[in-house]
Amino acid sequence: MAGALSFDNVGMTFPDGTRALDGSTFDVNPGEFVTVVGPSGCGKSTLLRIASNLETATEGTCNVDRDSIGYVFQDATLLPWRTVAKNIELLAELHGVDKAERVDRVRSVIDLVGLSGFGDKYPKQLSGGMKMRASLARSLVMKPRVFLFDEPFGALDEITRERLNDELLRLFQLEGFAGLFITHSISEAVYMSTKVLVMSSRPGRIVASFDVPFEYPRAHTLRYEPRFAELCGEVSAALRGALV
Amino acid sequence: MTDINPQVTVMPPSTRRPDDAPVETTSRVRASDIIGPAVVFVLFIGLWYALSTTILPEQKRFLLPTPHKVLKEGFFTWQVGEQRGLFPILKSMWSSIQVAIIGLLITIVIGTALATAMATRRWVERATWPYLVALQSAPILAMTPLIRALIDGVQTQRVLVVVLIAFFPIVNNTLFGLLSVEKSQHELFTLHGANKWTRLTKLQFPAAMPNIFVGLRISAGLSVIGAVVGDFYFRQGGVVGIGAQIDIYRGRLWGSELVAAIILASVFGLVVFVVFGFLSKKAIGKWHTTTRGQ
Repeated sequence: MAGALSFDNVGMTFPDGTRALDGSTFDVNPGEFVTVVGPSGCGKSTLLRIASNLETATEGTCNVDRDSIGYVFQDATLLPWRTVAKNIELLAELHGVDKAERVDRVRSVIDLVGLSGFGDKYPKQLSGGMKMRASLARSLVMKPRVFLFDEPFGALDEITRERLNDELLRLFQLEGFAGLFITHSISEAVYMSTKVLVMSSRPGRIVASFDVPFEYPRAHTLRYEPRFAELCGEVSAALRGALV
Repeated sequence: MTDINPQVTVMPPSTRRPDDAPVETTSRVRASDIIGPAVVFVLFIGLWYALSTTILPEQKRFLLPTPHKVLKEGFFTWQVGEQRGLFPILKSMWSSIQVAIIGLLITIVIGTALATAMATRRWVERATWPYLVALQSAPILAMTPLIRALIDGVQTQRVLVVVLIAFFPIVNNTLFGLLSVEKSQHELFTLHGANKWTRLTKLQFPAAMPNIFVGLRISAGLSVIGAVVGDFYFRQGGVVGIGAQIDIYRGRLWGSELVAAIILASVFGLVVFVVFGFLSKKAIGKWHTTTRGQ
């Protein structure tokens, strides 16, 4: 059975001749959380851009239900002139969901991401972590079956990042979407995922794949257990190999 | 050997704001905000007195009467004869204000429409941009003989000068605003199938508002200049703008009225600036951080 998102030998060469991605093949099924780790500029983001049709692959095929994609960008991309609630409403508005239904959905997700009471604030009044929560909520409104994350927590401090990791995992268990997550933090990758893919740089190619055996829900103390460290070490070794 | 004694210092919770706490913003008025301008004002009045009583050569002093004489004859005298006193000045001011407002409104409508067309259709931008730059750098006043020859009606001529002078900043700033939306925000709209119209109304125009208001403020200021300067060149019996009135006072050597009229024309420009600053703050102050409407 093909996954909710499947890459079949996908390659990408940009018009200027830059080879960004080399024959990548993998599936992400509903209930799977796949993370791609790799050095900066290795073409990780290109994977997401192809999956969401922002770019078209020059080779291979990428199958995905395009009407049901959630995309969380590196920055929160909130519209500064809209309040938090209005920002969360945006995508439903673009998809023509009617007003009453929109308000309903906004109310439920705003609680889900822990932003109750902040609906009337403007983005400039929010901290980085809260902006990311709003950004998540904005996508959640559409109940995506495939959720793409492009280093969403990269700019946050570690405490906030770990907290948001936990909240995202909670949402993942609740909604059961297929998640494809990009990061350059090994411990974040192992902590979040059911599977970690390691990508080499220039052109990006998937050089190793690790199944993560830990059960959900995961406690934040998992990060300090030997088996967690061991797996991080293996991923790290694969990454180093990929860099050579 | 020194005894190694690790010390754990716990920072009080208030010293650092984590990324996950709301941001607070405050603003307050400082004393220097008032004292500074007041000092400059006193210096200015002092310089004025010095100029009109000692510095200027005696035969020129009648053109710059002392401040209290200007107040008395230019502001506290309602009307003497046809032309002297506050009332004739205000009447000609009103004529110029109308011209400036009509001209500015026309500029806003046409300028915004053109900028929108330029932002959505590349060929419109390419076709019109060189001429807009030419218009911006052309000396509008040099065109006045041509305008006078081609167009009938003093009022129309005056409005046209305002439009020509005020046009560029509106178009330029609106266009810049519409085109400088962040790429990721555009991509968000692309991902969710937004068409050109939705993109324009829900993304580009709101994002351009700060730039549009900058353009508005500049154009509004220019429309005042355009109206006053246009008065010098286009006048006839019934309709006399403040510029023409100033020229009349100069011709008749009525110093107090001359200075009073100049002050009122400047106040008009200042009011326009403040009004647009206020409008800008009302419209975008809530979400935009760098509004400095005072």
